[in-house]
Amino acid sequence: MKLYCLSGHPTLPCNVLKFKSTTIMLDCGLDTTSVLNFLPLPLVHSPRLSKLPSWVSKDGTINLEKELKECAGRVFVDSQPEFCLPERELLDLSTIDVILISNYHCMMALPYITEHTGFTGTVYATEPTLQIGRLLMEELVKFMERVPKAQSATCWKNKEIQRMLPGPLKDAVDVWTWKRSYSMQEVNSALSKVQLVGYSQKVELFGAVQVSPLSSGYSLGSSNWIIQSHHEKVAYVSGSSLLTTHPQPMDQSSLKNSDVLILTGLTQMPTANPDGMLGEFCSNLAMTIRAGGNVLVPCYSSGVIYDLLECLYQFIESANLGTTPFYFISPVANSSLEFSQIFAEWLCHNKQSKVYLPEPPFPHAELIQTNKLKHYPSIHGDFSSEFRQPCVVFTGHPSLRFGDVVHFMELWGKSGLNTIIFTEPDFSYLDALAPYQPLAMKCVYCPIDTRLNFHQVSKLLKEVQPLHVVCPEQYTQPPLTQSHRSDLMLELQPPPMPYRRCSVLNLPFRRRYERVYILPELANSLVPSEIKPGVSMATVSAVLHSKDNKHTLQSVPKPPPVPPSKKRKRVMEEPPVVLAPKPLLSGAVPLEAFLATLQKHGITEVKVEETADGHILHLQAEDTLIQLEEDGTHIVCDNNEPLRTTLRDLVLRFLQKL
Amino acid sequence: MPEIKVTPLGAGQDVGRSCILVSIGGKNIMLDCGMHMGYNDDRRFPDFSYITQNGRLTEFLDCVIISHFHLDHCGALPFMSEMVGYDGPIYMTHPTKAICPILLEDFRKITVDKKGETNFFTSQMIKDCMKKVVPLNLHQTVQVDDELEIKAYYAGHVLGAAMVQIKVGSESVVYTGDYNMTPDRHLGAAWIDKCRPDILISESTYATTIRDSKRCRERDFLKKVHESIERGGKVLIPVFALGRAQELCILLETFWERMNLKAPIYFSTGLTEKANHYYKLFITWTNQKIRKTFVQRNMFEFKHIKAFDRSYADNPGPMVVFATPGMLHAGQSLQIFKKWAGNEKNMVIMPGYCVQGTIGHKILNGQRKLEMEGRSTLDVKLQVEYMSFSAHADAKGIMQLIRMAEPRNMLLVHGEAVKMEFLKGKIEQEFSIDCHMPANGETATVTTNPSVPVDISLNLLKREMALGGPLPDPKRPRTMHGTLIMKENSLKLVSSEQALKELGLNEHQLRFTCRVQLQDPHSDPDTLNRIYTHLKSVLKGYTIQHLPDGTVMVESIVIKVSSSAEDTSTKVLLLSWSYQDEDLGSFLSTLLKKGLPSGLC
Repeated sequence: MKLYCLSGHPTLPCNVLKFKSTTIMLDCGLDTTSVLNFLPLPLVHSPRLSKLPSWVSKDGTINLEKELKECAGRVFVDSQPEFCLPERELLDLSTIDVILISNYHCMMALPYITEHTGFTGTVYATEPTLQIGRLLMEELVKFMERVPKAQSATCWKNKEIQRMLPGPLKDAVDVWTWKRSYSMQEVNSALSKVQLVGYSQKVELFGAVQVSPLSSGYSLGSSNWIIQSHHEKVAYVSGSSLLTTHPQPMDQSSLKNSDVLILTGLTQMPTANPDGMLGEFCSNLAMTIRAGGNVLVPCYSSGVIYDLLECLYQFIESANLGTTPFYFISPVANSSLEFSQIFAEWLCHNKQSKVYLPEPPFPHAELIQTNKLKHYPSIHGDFSSEFRQPCVVFTGHPSLRFGDVVHFMELWGKSGLNTIIFTEPDFSYLDALAPYQPLAMKCVYCPIDTRLNFHQVSKLLKEVQPLHVVCPEQYTQPPLTQSHRSDLMLELQPPPMPYRRCSVLNLPFRRRYERVYILPELANSLVPSEIKPGVSMATVSAVLHSKDNKHTLQSVPKPPPVPPSKKRKRVMEEPPVVLAPKPLLSGAVPLEAFLATLQKHGITEVKVEETADGHILHLQAEDTLIQLEEDGTHIVCDNNEPLRTTLRDLVLRFLQKL
Repeated sequence: MPEIKVTPLGAGQDVGRSCILVSIGGKNIMLDCGMHMGYNDDRRFPDFSYITQNGRLTEFLDCVIISHFHLDHCGALPFMSEMVGYDGPIYMTHPTKAICPILLEDFRKITVDKKGETNFFTSQMIKDCMKKVVPLNLHQTVQVDDELEIKAYYAGHVLGAAMVQIKVGSESVVYTGDYNMTPDRHLGAAWIDKCRPDILISESTYATTIRDSKRCRERDFLKKVHESIERGGKVLIPVFALGRAQELCILLETFWERMNLKAPIYFSTGLTEKANHYYKLFITWTNQKIRKTFVQRNMFEFKHIKAFDRSYADNPGPMVVFATPGMLHAGQSLQIFKKWAGNEKNMVIMPGYCVQGTIGHKILNGQRKLEMEGRSTLDVKLQVEYMSFSAHADAKGIMQLIRMAEPRNMLLVHGEAVKMEFLKGKIEQEFSIDCHMPANGETATVTTNPSVPVDISLNLLKREMALGGPLPDPKRPRTMHGTLIMKENSLKLVSSEQALKELGLNEHQLRFTCRVQLQDPHSDPDTLNRIYTHLKSVLKGYTIQHLPDGTVMVESIVIKVSSSAEDTSTKVLLLSWSYQDEDLGSFLSTLLKKGLPSGLC
């Protein structure tokens, strides 16, 4: 059993597990942090961005005037932003049988894999994961297609040149494999390969392996996966949460007793408490509005935003924000809000019971009804005429490199009254803001990451007790910036097996048994005998049938009756057809009892001679020797086949057959 | 031999009060717990005393499963759980869990408040009963306990309707509840995988009907409504608040829009708004088209259909009214029917099945004079139309489901005996499987023949598979030998060698040695060589070796040659073999006794 690690990003994993002749890809995360190296894509012409100076190396030898721009001491690539894909050279991706998706954030690289590698398998995901994943992909595509950029910069990727560039561009890995966004057509084709599954549904793969998604508590429809056969169990944990937010709680007990647990998607903000961050978010928001400023919240269109809106729903009145307009701007804003209301089965208990009333599970329905929250597909159109300030705007993309958020950065960045509040943990806020410097607007960093922290995960592992843990290498040492915090890493016995991008791990498995089914007819014919109390055995002679990785044992068909032929004379000439080789024997032949048996069969003249290891019986009348020992019997008998077979059967009476 | 027993307490050769007991692998499961609309006495509920004469049902039942929210499938639930007594889990899907208590409360109100019955379940009992409900998701495998697992499949029929698979070990039963094999305007079609249950328990409401296409029926329905409206008549459509009503509303709504009609359409009871809300929130349970477009346009927001008030019934002019309940056995639909029955311009359209004893059933059978309470009679002059809109599978659909699931046995419930008989014949003929149709209180028993799961050592399996080659030869099946070790609850199949080791037994070697005299005037090595050649020609397909130490080995049988001391042309062959080679050893000794053929060189 092997694990191929195609992504080095601990929360956007992409691993391939080879297990019992199946090849299973676990998640298909797209590392989007690469876009931070690019200039933002403005929706309307930005004089500031277009006037940025080109970057020239100190000695002036490198001048990629068209490709590299400088802003506040940082260098950016002026091109359509590109993403860092999962590794594609480590193994032949066309051999992948299935892809298991754990949540909608971890499927963004799907079109690259399913459309361009010869993939012919099936993708498994829950319905909310599919629907919301589709929305996030659609949003990404629209963000990119709305502002087409003719230029695709490639010269800077030249190894010689890249080496000379300042960081972080210099240190970017595998820049040649970076790819632009996919098209809507590719998204649709990729998603048509998805087969929907429900929590705890057991899906058989080729009869060899069973996979089953479990609620992971992180987002709508998010799952961990169990991959098991009758005797081996792998648990794949990705993006799980024990906090009470909107999704169904995490199913922990089903993870128990796994041989290997692959652990990914822990919190990226181990020191930030989500509840505290939520409080800070609200107070900063209220403060800015009261001072007459606007609030910009760069966010994904699904996920934490539902919790933020719910929090604001309770907060608005008490903070006297009843008249402040809240805007949610995204090509998929409406769909995301609507979809969130129809997945009752996937929500926490509280929200589920609302549906029984029947009421919408999320209170943002009421915010929309009372006109407190308005949503628009983009800043163009209705929004531009209805827009009032001061206001709060939720919009993407959280990297600040594309999407409507770029416009608001240009619009509000120059005023110290406005505030930008970062809530998504995926991007460093300083890096995100770099191309907008110098900036007058206030920046507040309240990353909300509800995924497991190190404390929670060590408690979880103690409870579910996997034999081995595999995790990204980042989790086996404290974060670089906090090297003294030994509590911010995994400490386990035996130590976890770390992986990094391009690792291939041999998972410590010893498969010893496989399941077979004994058909009723054969089962009924078996004759068990008790060896010792509570332990019985039976010899089995059967025909093995293996089909679709399922094995069954059937009775041996009776040989067709030999036709009573004229060839009878020749029968002896035919060597025996060995149908049933003789069983192994066990036990010992007791002397006294054996002699008595011989006597019963008319063999009376027996001379017994004691030897070092047992006895030699001399049957004088028959001139035959029987050597009886603890672990062996030797019959020496010439020219008397009937006698030999009789003796054989008499000996066998005392022995156990296996 | 293990057995599965199925006993209907209701819906056995009947429609109404569905309640089926299944005993499988030592587990007892109750499928549905419905009421009978045709009765107002004890026969209204299933006879739970069949399970136990006195006391609670908890210890006799492992779980209760409700297939959908129709009262003939869940109407007796609070009575069973709160009045007879059952505290175990009750499984149903989310939509059923949401809607079922509302219909139960409706049912209770009609029975207690309007008819003044006492000794009926209370509102509190409905609430307490619902607390015992565990929601089921589609395709989720729910482990009721260590051995019993259940899984729900989509059944169409009404919002949240499910078929359930019940599994203990390798034995399984599928219960369909009510289902529909063709998608309609708001729901999808039932689907199940090839799960090969030991018994498929299917409803058979339309066992003998093969219905024409849905389009024709819809066109018929619209034509009839339209004609009646045109001549100024009033149209009554008795429906159940949820289900068919929404489908017909979608149908009329689009028709009114297209034809630009002005006659009002009303929907009785306050449930409409609420009912439509359920459809909005459970949109994932509707058909693909509605699911796909719901963000842009919600099909359950109606423009032309308004809430009904009792006084409207006397308004002049044409109108269409949807009123509950659907079988005209009580409530608003019955009141309106009484008002309108005398006018031949009016029309009542029965869009679904009516159980025996209800007014709906009577008028459908052509009865024109009805005896009402208080010895009054009612003359029925209005037109009575029947449109089969209720979403049950027809004969074709039932056969289709059997083909999908491939059951080993079939069992029919929820239908009339005569019709079942007909379908039973068809099923037995077409699929060559047994088909049962027990009456209420009768038990159908099916013996199963489960395979025994065993853990085989991988070494043994791999060895066997390697020897067997990639393609098994049906003419020469290979026999595999092993030892089955039974310890506590584990069954392990290992090679005999491994079994000796695991059981801590010593191996006992049984050997035979046999001297054969042979007349062969050659030197010893020559004789040996001649034996070798001889055996080579006789024993095809065996490993025969001539070893340099002066022996011939046939498989593991050793043959040595020595000359007799007195006569060098008399050779003595020494054969030695172990018990494992007994057949071959015995054969060789007999063969060699006959001497060597003279033609050998």
